[in-house]
Amino acid sequence: MERTAVRRRLNWQLARVVEVVAETSRTKSIALDATDWPGHLAGQHVDVRLTAEDGYQAQRSYSIASAPGDEHLVLTVERLDDGEVSPYLTEELRPGDDLELRGPIGGYFVWRESLGGPILLVGGGSGVVPLRAMLRHHRAIASEVPARLVYSARTRDDLLYRGELGGYETTITLTRERPEHWDGRTGRVDHGLLAETAWPPGERPLVYVCGPTGFVEAVAEALVALGHDANRIRTERFGPT
Amino acid sequence: MAPISRGFHGRRSETTEAERVPPGQYVTRDFPVLSAGPTPHNPIESWSFEIRGEIDEPRSWTWEQFIALPSERITVDIHCVTKWSKLDTSWTGVSFDTLLDGVDTSAEYVLAFCDGGYTTNLPLEDISDGKAWVAYEFQGEPLDPEHGGPARLLVPHLYFWKSAKWVRGIELRQDDLPGFWENYGYHNYGDPWKEQRYAGD
Repeated sequence: MERTAVRRRLNWQLARVVEVVAETSRTKSIALDATDWPGHLAGQHVDVRLTAEDGYQAQRSYSIASAPGDEHLVLTVERLDDGEVSPYLTEELRPGDDLELRGPIGGYFVWRESLGGPILLVGGGSGVVPLRAMLRHHRAIASEVPARLVYSARTRDDLLYRGELGGYETTITLTRERPEHWDGRTGRVDHGLLAETAWPPGERPLVYVCGPTGFVEAVAEALVALGHDANRIRTERFGPT
Repeated sequence: MAPISRGFHGRRSETTEAERVPPGQYVTRDFPVLSAGPTPHNPIESWSFEIRGEIDEPRSWTWEQFIALPSERITVDIHCVTKWSKLDTSWTGVSFDTLLDGVDTSAEYVLAFCDGGYTTNLPLEDISDGKAWVAYEFQGEPLDPEHGGPARLLVPHLYFWKSAKWVRGIELRQDDLPGFWENYGYHNYGDPWKEQRYAGD
């Protein structure tokens, strides 16, 4: 098991919002100018803290969508209707505001070139966010490690980063819609789809699976059933069970 | 004092709950799942729980032996480092006071080990005197595999990553060996009331 030395204290710092881009009707990418940012690895996340006028605070974690070498630190946030922090970040926050954050956090669900590959990235919904950071990093360093992405979204309108993910060996599947003129797949990421699109187990791919719990459980289980080594499968889960 | 987030009002817990929620946490009614890898599924016949390391005679129980040990019903609040807290969770499990009864050891630390390779470290005193259990039921039902079944640690006074899923035993140690998340920048001890989330907190 690889170790990373993240032993410095993670202090809260202010980052200036430079841009808020709508990715879908409920998801926005927030580009930040974080002058004290110590740098991150693709796949890590940050803690965000909001403070109300009476001092009340709320904290949540968000995946970093930008590559380590990108100009801005970017968080992609999906609005949860019953959420406390995500509606603020997606509806209220605007360029010029300061956002308090600390990080980077998490050293396991990361990809860097020294880990090798081939890599298989499997994302469900906004679980694609840290995988996008990995792909941007992979592209930025012109890595020759073979990479494949399997990305599942509910509908075509829910797809994040459209136009950016196509350059890879990408399989996109829609679970709640079967649009006309759709050349991707439909249906869940199941045993059959993975048998077809994942690297064969014999190639020992390093696999990253991120999404809601049900998605991650199903995908990880199918991969193990296909013969992939459980120790080569890294998962990140979010959302209620 | 942290700067005000313009236009943020927040959603406060009820006062009675607020006192039970450590700083930076929010109350959830769900039971989120967080694991670094696939959920292991192993036959219960091959399950055992072991105590090894600084102990003259290592102890080991099969599943049948383990669930025949004196058990306790525990109702506690749990706090995950990813910010959610869940109040009044009820568990059935075996106290470490039972498992370690009569053990004479020079150890001051333990390293819990699990199916799937996960580990976490704790001071021995943090699993002593009614502070920690090996739990195998949640709300009266067998513990789901995705929540750590067949059995997981339950150490509710520390952040929940210390309550290792799929636990298979502990190693009694004289030195403190950081576990899985403790090696990836999370706090070595993890007291939620002191908000010890990450190294240096």
